[in-house]
Amino acid sequence: MDNTYYDPKDLKKFPKISEWSEELGAKFFDYYGKVFEEGALSAREKSLIALAVAHVVKCPYCIDAYTQDGLQRGITKEEMMEAVHAGAAIESGATLVHGVQMMKKYDKLSM
Amino acid sequence: MSTQSLHKRKNKLSETENQLEILSHGIFANGELPTFKQKIAETNQFPLRPKKLEILQINVGYMCNQVCSHCHVDAGPDRKEIMTKETMLQCIDVIKTTGAHTLDLTGGAPEMNPNFRWFVEEASKAGVKDFIVRSNLTIIEANKKYHDLPEFFKKHNVHVVSSMPHWTKGKTDKQRGEGVFNKSIEALKKLNNVGYGMPGSDLKLDLVYNPAGAFLPTNQASMEKDFKKALMDDFGIQFHNLFAITNLPISRFLEYLIASDNYEDYMYSLVEAFNPSAVSNVMCTNTISVSWDGWLYDCDFNQMLELKVASKVKHISEYNEAVLNDRDIIISQHCYGCTAGSGSSCQGSVA
Repeated sequence: MDNTYYDPKDLKKFPKISEWSEELGAKFFDYYGKVFEEGALSAREKSLIALAVAHVVKCPYCIDAYTQDGLQRGITKEEMMEAVHAGAAIESGATLVHGVQMMKKYDKLSM
Repeated sequence: MSTQSLHKRKNKLSETENQLEILSHGIFANGELPTFKQKIAETNQFPLRPKKLEILQINVGYMCNQVCSHCHVDAGPDRKEIMTKETMLQCIDVIKTTGAHTLDLTGGAPEMNPNFRWFVEEASKAGVKDFIVRSNLTIIEANKKYHDLPEFFKKHNVHVVSSMPHWTKGKTDKQRGEGVFNKSIEALKKLNNVGYGMPGSDLKLDLVYNPAGAFLPTNQASMEKDFKKALMDDFGIQFHNLFAITNLPISRFLEYLIASDNYEDYMYSLVEAFNPSAVSNVMCTNTISVSWDGWLYDCDFNQMLELKVASKVKHISEYNEAVLNDRDIIISQHCYGCTAGSGSSCQGSVA
């Protein structure tokens, strides 16, 4: 395999992070597990949110994990892509909304 | 998606020794992954032994009107193996004497066996508690001579268990063939119309969900909820239970795994998801599988791998429950499929 920063096999090693910090690792995985349980939001809805966020934070591990998770839950490709667009819209909106600052600054400095 | 069976295509996976070679000497050969035998030995569950026989599963033939991409039977219109009336009579003799409460007819499409209706009538007289026919649904729509199957099932109080990989057309047709979804929906409506699947109805209609790809099924209960909502909202269809079944890496699903470069990852997923508490409830512990030609197997998957029971009694004609129950169940790496996650059997999750 070519040298790259990302190896798909590393995803399976995620639990190993606890080996170098057992207490914090355990707290994180407890929290993580709890977050994705059925709640006011269904586990299915949370899976779609996770998939959208995975794209926004550009995490290949998370995209891999939550595409698989979505398939397992019977989530369709159309639903997955809509979630990605929702994430992308917020991400691009966050960039664009700063345009307001640019415009204010531009107007303030301009005659 | 091929429209022919592995056998018809003379694919090397149609030879069971080639499948067993890949299963046993593929990714397990370097010792990186434990064999199934090692894995169950760790929890003192080896050798796997049968419990009381509860289910007699009879495969009445490999002929089918569909050629599903995940089919572990390698069934299809080009398969001609069909159980004869003589073997059926031997099965009925056994049904009368065995303590098994469930008779489970499978195939192929069991309805395509020309003696199917006669067999159902004769077997139902034997007083089985739960008489299952595993119907692929589309057979009801396939030909005029099958259109009255819902009424026939109702007359004999047959428990209908039907395949349905998803509540959307795209996913269903991809796994089972073009047009399967629409025909399945029509068949489900006809079953509902005669009373099958309705709340409180004795006419049991259950669906079977196999994942359409190289991933494991999720929680059966939540999948059932989603299926029920979607089928009701979109088509007004009702059913009783959903059985989530893991695809086992044999036959056409093995072909798909290898061709799509998913074989290794899938086997890793199965091993990682190994659930020791599922072992004691796997279906081979309470089921005997009978092939179209009367041979006995620990399960339908062992039947397809031609791994006959490790017993003096190997054929329905010489059936002896006491002798048969004193045996070790034959296992191989495909057994990881039945012990992954919540476990998998023809009746769904086991853990």
